[in-house]
Amino acid sequence: MNRVKYRISWFIVVQEITSSNTVVRTFFLLNQRVNDLVDISQLKGFRFEFSLSVEIMKLDFSGLESSAPLYGGSNELLSDGFSAAPSFDLPVTSDFDGFQKNSIQMVKPAKGTTTLAFIFKEGVMVAADSRASMGGYISSQSVKKIIEINPYMLGTMAGGAADCQFWHRNLGIKCRLHELANKRRISVTGASKLLANILYSYRGMGLSVGTMIAGWDEKGPGLYYVDSEGGRLKGTKFSVGSGSPYAYGVLDSGYKYDLTVDEAAELARRAIYHATFRDGASGGVASVYHVGPNGWTKLSGDDVGELHYSYYPVEPAIVEQEMTEAVVA
Amino acid sequence: MECVFGMVGKGFALVVADTSAVNSILVHKSNEDKIMVLDSHKLMGASGEAGDRAQFTEYVQKNVALYQYRNGIPLTTKAAANFMRGELATALRKNPYMVNIVLAGFDRDTGPSLYFIDYIATLHKVDKAAFGYGSYFALSMMDRHYHQDMTVDEAIRLAEQCIEEIRSRLVVAPQNFVIKIVDEDGAREHSWRRTTRD
Repeated sequence: MNRVKYRISWFIVVQEITSSNTVVRTFFLLNQRVNDLVDISQLKGFRFEFSLSVEIMKLDFSGLESSAPLYGGSNELLSDGFSAAPSFDLPVTSDFDGFQKNSIQMVKPAKGTTTLAFIFKEGVMVAADSRASMGGYISSQSVKKIIEINPYMLGTMAGGAADCQFWHRNLGIKCRLHELANKRRISVTGASKLLANILYSYRGMGLSVGTMIAGWDEKGPGLYYVDSEGGRLKGTKFSVGSGSPYAYGVLDSGYKYDLTVDEAAELARRAIYHATFRDGASGGVASVYHVGPNGWTKLSGDDVGELHYSYYPVEPAIVEQEMTEAVVA
Repeated sequence: MECVFGMVGKGFALVVADTSAVNSILVHKSNEDKIMVLDSHKLMGASGEAGDRAQFTEYVQKNVALYQYRNGIPLTTKAAANFMRGELATALRKNPYMVNIVLAGFDRDTGPSLYFIDYIATLHKVDKAAFGYGSYFALSMMDRHYHQDMTVDEAIRLAEQCIEEIRSRLVVAPQNFVIKIVDEDGAREHSWRRTTRD
């Protein structure tokens, strides 16, 4: 380390970033003559890592301190030996409120998925894609987004995977307890109300759940949409996720109450395929389940890439002109 | 984009609400009934955040029923309105309910009445009330054409005019509306005004 004595005669802003934390401390040094130990290898533009030697005058920087709280005694620079108040690191930003909002937005998943369910003559058809994405990165192409709550009820996953999986599992537990306590199966209405009340009580705390509860109970097929805002809707046709507008278009145009199981499965599969074609956050495998009077069965799970070529096979291109071999004399 | 409005006529009170359940640009449902029948002679049209609306209106409904079981007589409309307002006010500084309510009721001794209850626990007894973006159109229409002691037909016609105005002037107008009426025979659904079938 070279000991360098120099006069600083211009206005500089020095950011001190210690090795252990990233709290920023800014000083303005003007026309000071300072003895300081400067590690030349650390000199990068305006960043200095230095420590003032004890002999020089103790400069009073208290008026120039930023609003960041004092950090603990690992930095000997402006410490007078007394330990600072307990504190935590603040992020390097000038707009803390905006940063907080943005970080919550970053953590909150944007429901990049396509799930759908509809009631028809033969029961409930439930379908979903299988892609998990984190921003622009596809983290998985094989996520199970249709959750089996119990043998006659299914739940779909959109939003936070952990939230959906945990709360559906919890709902399964509550449904089983209801069965044991009342000697009869819980209705889809009751199950969806249980889940909606739980999610309502956690409102505003950052849960992200957009789910559909589909099942067959004594009143026949039942379908409810429940989300983490506390909303609960009873209906015959729902689609949830970033690809849902695309799926709704195909679903609405092809839907009839009197579909057979195969026709309904094909409609659901087609709707998921079209959503995965247009929506970047949906893809992978289109799974289709059917909930009938005897419970649910998985009908199919087709890769959407293969579905594309089965719906739109490659036509041989019309060749206008062909190159022929030149005749060698 | 939710629209709820109501008015008082001769011996009855009317509440009209849209029936769309919306999530950003998606319409999940266009036949969601937002006017809850509180008891035999009370109607409560509610608009606001989805979870709050369902939870708060059901809470009020159960408590109104409980009062009747405990005391043998039903609450008056005024008492129910003040109960609702009290609940909203208590929750306001901790965990506010984002629900706006139009309460219409018929009491044997005082006749029909309409109450406007805001999400910040404002309470007013009024002849005509409206909430939501539709209120910008409905309120002035009602101010112009409303008069005391309207008949059911006149009131329905005024409600239809308001609905037409909302449909033609509001940029994201709801597709369907439901009209419910309460008079001495009780609270019941009157009719729907649909543009789409769900």
